[in-house]
Amino acid sequence: MTTLPKSTTRKLGLVIDLDTCVGCHACVISCKEWNTSNYGVPLSDINAYGAEPSGTFLNRVHTYEAKSTGCNAQTVHFPKSCLHCEDAPCVTVCPTGASYKRQEDGIVLVNEDRCIGCSLCAWACPYGAREMDAVAGVMKKCTLCVDRIYNENIPEEDRIPACVRTCPAGARHFGDFADPESEVSILSAARGGIALMPEQDTKPVNRYLPPRPKTDVTDESKIDILAPFLAPIATETGGFLGWLDKALEKI
Amino acid sequence: MPPLDQPKLDTSPEMSDEIRKTTCYMCACRCGINVHMKNGKVKYIEGNRDHPVNQGVLCAKGSAGIMQHYAPSRLKAPMKRVGERGSGEFEEISWDEAFDIAEGWLRPIRESSPEKLAFFTGRDQSQSLTSWWAQAFGTPNYAAHGGFCSVNMAAAGIYTMGGSFWEFGAPDWDRSKLFMIFGVAEDHDSNPIKIGLGKLKANGAKIIGVNPVRSGYNAIADEWVGITPGTDGLFILAMIHELMKAGKVDLDYLIRYTNAPFLVNGDEKSPEHGLFLRDADDKPLVLDRATGKPVAFDTPGIKADLAGNHRAAGITHRPVFQLMADKYLSDEYAPEKVADQCGISADTIKRIAAELAHVAFEEEITIDQPWTDWKGEKHAQMIGRPVAFHAMRGISAHSNGFQTCRALHILQILLGSVECPGGFRFKPPYPKPVEAHPKPHMGVNPGKALNGPHLGFVRGPEDLLLKEDGSPARIDKAFTWDNPMSSHGLMHMVISNAHAGDPYKIDTLFMYMANMAWNSSMNTKGVMDMLTDKDENGDYVIPHIIYSDSYSSEMVAFSDLILPDTTYLERHDCISLLDRPICEADAIADSIRWPVVEPDRDVRGFQTALIQLGSRLGLPGMVNEDGSAKYQDYADYIQNHERRPGVGPLAGFRGKDGKDKGRGEPNPNQIDAYIENGGFWIEHIPEGANFFKPWNKDYQDWAVSRGIYDAPQPYVFSLYVEPIQKFRLAAQGHGDHQPPDHLRAQIEAAMDPLPIWYAPFEGTLIDEQEFPYHALTQRPMAMYHSWGSQNAWLRQIHGANPMFVPGEIWDEKGLAEGDWVKLTSAHGTITVPAVRMDALNGKTMWTWNAIGKRAGAWALEEDASEAKRGFLLNYLISELLPEKGDGQRWANSDPITGQAAWFDLRVKLEKADRPADGNSKPHMQAQKSPVGRGPKNLTYGDKF
Repeated sequence: MTTLPKSTTRKLGLVIDLDTCVGCHACVISCKEWNTSNYGVPLSDINAYGAEPSGTFLNRVHTYEAKSTGCNAQTVHFPKSCLHCEDAPCVTVCPTGASYKRQEDGIVLVNEDRCIGCSLCAWACPYGAREMDAVAGVMKKCTLCVDRIYNENIPEEDRIPACVRTCPAGARHFGDFADPESEVSILSAARGGIALMPEQDTKPVNRYLPPRPKTDVTDESKIDILAPFLAPIATETGGFLGWLDKALEKI
Repeated sequence: MPPLDQPKLDTSPEMSDEIRKTTCYMCACRCGINVHMKNGKVKYIEGNRDHPVNQGVLCAKGSAGIMQHYAPSRLKAPMKRVGERGSGEFEEISWDEAFDIAEGWLRPIRESSPEKLAFFTGRDQSQSLTSWWAQAFGTPNYAAHGGFCSVNMAAAGIYTMGGSFWEFGAPDWDRSKLFMIFGVAEDHDSNPIKIGLGKLKANGAKIIGVNPVRSGYNAIADEWVGITPGTDGLFILAMIHELMKAGKVDLDYLIRYTNAPFLVNGDEKSPEHGLFLRDADDKPLVLDRATGKPVAFDTPGIKADLAGNHRAAGITHRPVFQLMADKYLSDEYAPEKVADQCGISADTIKRIAAELAHVAFEEEITIDQPWTDWKGEKHAQMIGRPVAFHAMRGISAHSNGFQTCRALHILQILLGSVECPGGFRFKPPYPKPVEAHPKPHMGVNPGKALNGPHLGFVRGPEDLLLKEDGSPARIDKAFTWDNPMSSHGLMHMVISNAHAGDPYKIDTLFMYMANMAWNSSMNTKGVMDMLTDKDENGDYVIPHIIYSDSYSSEMVAFSDLILPDTTYLERHDCISLLDRPICEADAIADSIRWPVVEPDRDVRGFQTALIQLGSRLGLPGMVNEDGSAKYQDYADYIQNHERRPGVGPLAGFRGKDGKDKGRGEPNPNQIDAYIENGGFWIEHIPEGANFFKPWNKDYQDWAVSRGIYDAPQPYVFSLYVEPIQKFRLAAQGHGDHQPPDHLRAQIEAAMDPLPIWYAPFEGTLIDEQEFPYHALTQRPMAMYHSWGSQNAWLRQIHGANPMFVPGEIWDEKGLAEGDWVKLTSAHGTITVPAVRMDALNGKTMWTWNAIGKRAGAWALEEDASEAKRGFLLNYLISELLPEKGDGQRWANSDPITGQAAWFDLRVKLEKADRPADGNSKPHMQAQKSPVGRGPKNLTYGDKF
């Protein structure tokens, strides 16, 4: 078993806005592209041009349908990567100390030199956020782009995870949840950010902003409308042309 | 075990050796990219923060550019076919031999009958070059892919208001409070829409998505309207009915900026019925409310009336707006009347109309920016109606698409929300009225150039491209009575017409970036048969096919001579103002591609090959007086070609010193200047000139100074399109130019100068009991048409495409997870895997476009999921409508523009057994890959 730090100085993580995510997979591929040639071994692709290609990804987008009575069915795009839990079971289960949580910023990482590829951590993670690389035989996971966020060789504005840098809709935000004044803390508080599966007691750091309520309910009486139905003008004297004449006179 | 020390990490690794800034081509969006190079290889591609299109972000396709650039499907060298067409048997040859072969076919036909060359380019972003080349060759047979893509949207926009969506203009994302998006494919204009939706969300604006399918953008819309396909026009006209009935239209805007007050001849017997009353200078007349007298529409200081009668020469004339009131106030367009057909409740239609009116008129915004209009009138403020719209193929790829697109433009105009703050805004060089566009040309002279541009905008029957005997001048029959306003040509008809020898036989079919033997054709199987068909002498019916592509697409196997293109990172390109530019509503901009990586194969950028072929053929403009090549390659052309004096492919850094903007002498260092500037050039429109562009004096003057126009050309929007009425008059028997009798009824019905709705054709010709459902395709955000399947990363997202079946049908048919279904149309049958989806119009099923692949193509293994389970809907769609029993075969397209009516498809569905071989049906036999196969596994990045 590997121990977790008692506390971390910062709690770096992501806010993912499910009201804005259009499910475009930009974050998925930018993540793959960055991480296949930076921290750790490459993210391999098995049968890359064959029958059922299967590669390692640190971030994936799942699509769900939500149905309830009185509403049209909804489509929800749900990007998922490591949540950098405070009580990360993937760390405590690790037999070699390869999985660890960084004291200074809370990022959960795998020290690939120590990883024996036993996959216990993947079993322990309730979110399915880790993937074993089939070629290298080591466990891969989101690093929050630890090799970008402090990187003095890139412009300061780019020192954010690749997925956040690339997200076209601006649905992903990065910051320090230990700081109540950070953008992510404020955004999460304002929009009712939720922790995934809190009953698992893993204390995930990442937060998801829920979709705004939709206005396309099937029962029209329940709609919070901007304006009442338009009243016809034809009741005025002279009908449409009479109205038109008066209206033009006012211009 | 005890805690171990945290390893010490290098958190500042070197990212790359060098960053090269160019333009993406993973789709047609044209984002700026930073290509990070390491050890001479592409390590990482990210969005360019300074670039106007994507402002730093990048989609999945863009980030997967590495896999496209290094794809094993890249062609390696010119090839000539050595087996039968379709087999994939080729021999690599030199460029000299390739040019010799091409010249051997093309030189004789240019000298005798240039129309025997049909040159059609697909997803081409260099149409100003390719059209110029075709014009110099002298063939009338040139177009790009607009005819099967979205010509309805483009042509309806140009004829109505001088521009349309996407490249023509965009919503005012920063100021709009209510945004409606209709039928938008998710692949482009990809990043700007996503950036814009993010802004709207952040600003608390409401988004209404109108689409039978609730995926992508519609998934995050606050309100989803799951409309029945092909009824968008009816829905829009019902909203217009509601708005007009309530007087919620911007009368001041209509008087000033549209032809709403123009007087129209109301005598049905008159040969000028439905045309505008004009003065001696040919200017349309309006009634001046102050005097009741007719005056020229552009008379300063008048206030025009929108109703009234004017008698001239015994004929009553009435304003356009009054005709609109007559038409749209009719119960035909009442919400209650259209609700069932649209699949939208009457209350929803009424409520959305009310919300549009509320935001447009009660939440008006103003910018304290004085401006002067075209009549010299000064305005203290800019008044905005913060309602914006966007739409694409979902509403245009129907046989009623042109009128539907017109209806949407009319809706925006009635609300006064075009070119104002918060509304829809044009991007330079738009707005540009019909009058500023060329007419189409057909003047063929052997050995000489065509007498003008191929494509354009007809003003009436006299502009049709018909020979003296009335037969079509063009192989695709564009600009004929079948589809008079086919401004983008009809690429989808070229192969079937050439095969049939109707209107004539051709010798050489020359295509670029168009996968006609697969996903870009209706009736895919039929097209393959036409391409391989032989005559009684054993010769191919279409004698020669030249094709250029970067990759081993399905079409390669059906061609005789292959000119291998480069990848997008290996080439020069210009994203030109003469073509499909990348401007913003507030700025003029263009950009380049340049070889950030040198090709490691014997390939050339297609445009370079085209210029070199042109100079071999001695085409005018491509050779010097001594016959030597005028341009060595495309880069040379980009810098030195002048289309008009001082105006060339790139607008930035012109003049010897590189300081001229828009107009200026060629600059020998222009491309270097672009590279230095990040691959693009941008100049912002001056404050005060950036709204109300068609009527804004400052904008007009600025546009002239930048070479967009040669003289100011203010104009008014055409609620009523007079050229359309001219075709209808002809169909009614007026005028010298008369349609064939069998087309009169169709022209008279469809060509209404005010938008109408009529049922999509296929639905009226089939038995609705037999084919009760609709079937569609959508293009995914993470993949661009066929090009993504060779991409090892993107094919893991979209590696196979199920048929998404609505829950209602799913339950009715007793389907269960893993089931397959048989889908049958009037034209064909497919058997494919199915998946349930409930966020879907209850009568509509859909699948992803162009995921299915032919075995052997794209360097994929023959058992790739794309080739086994993946499928095309195209097998169900014909270029011809089901038989009417009148002896004619009618085109499955819009009767006004000829746009392919992909989305009119009607089907029935049955549960099917999963085929024993696991292949979707029909399953084409494998092609031989001319490039071999890719590696089994990838570990990209292990070299860095």
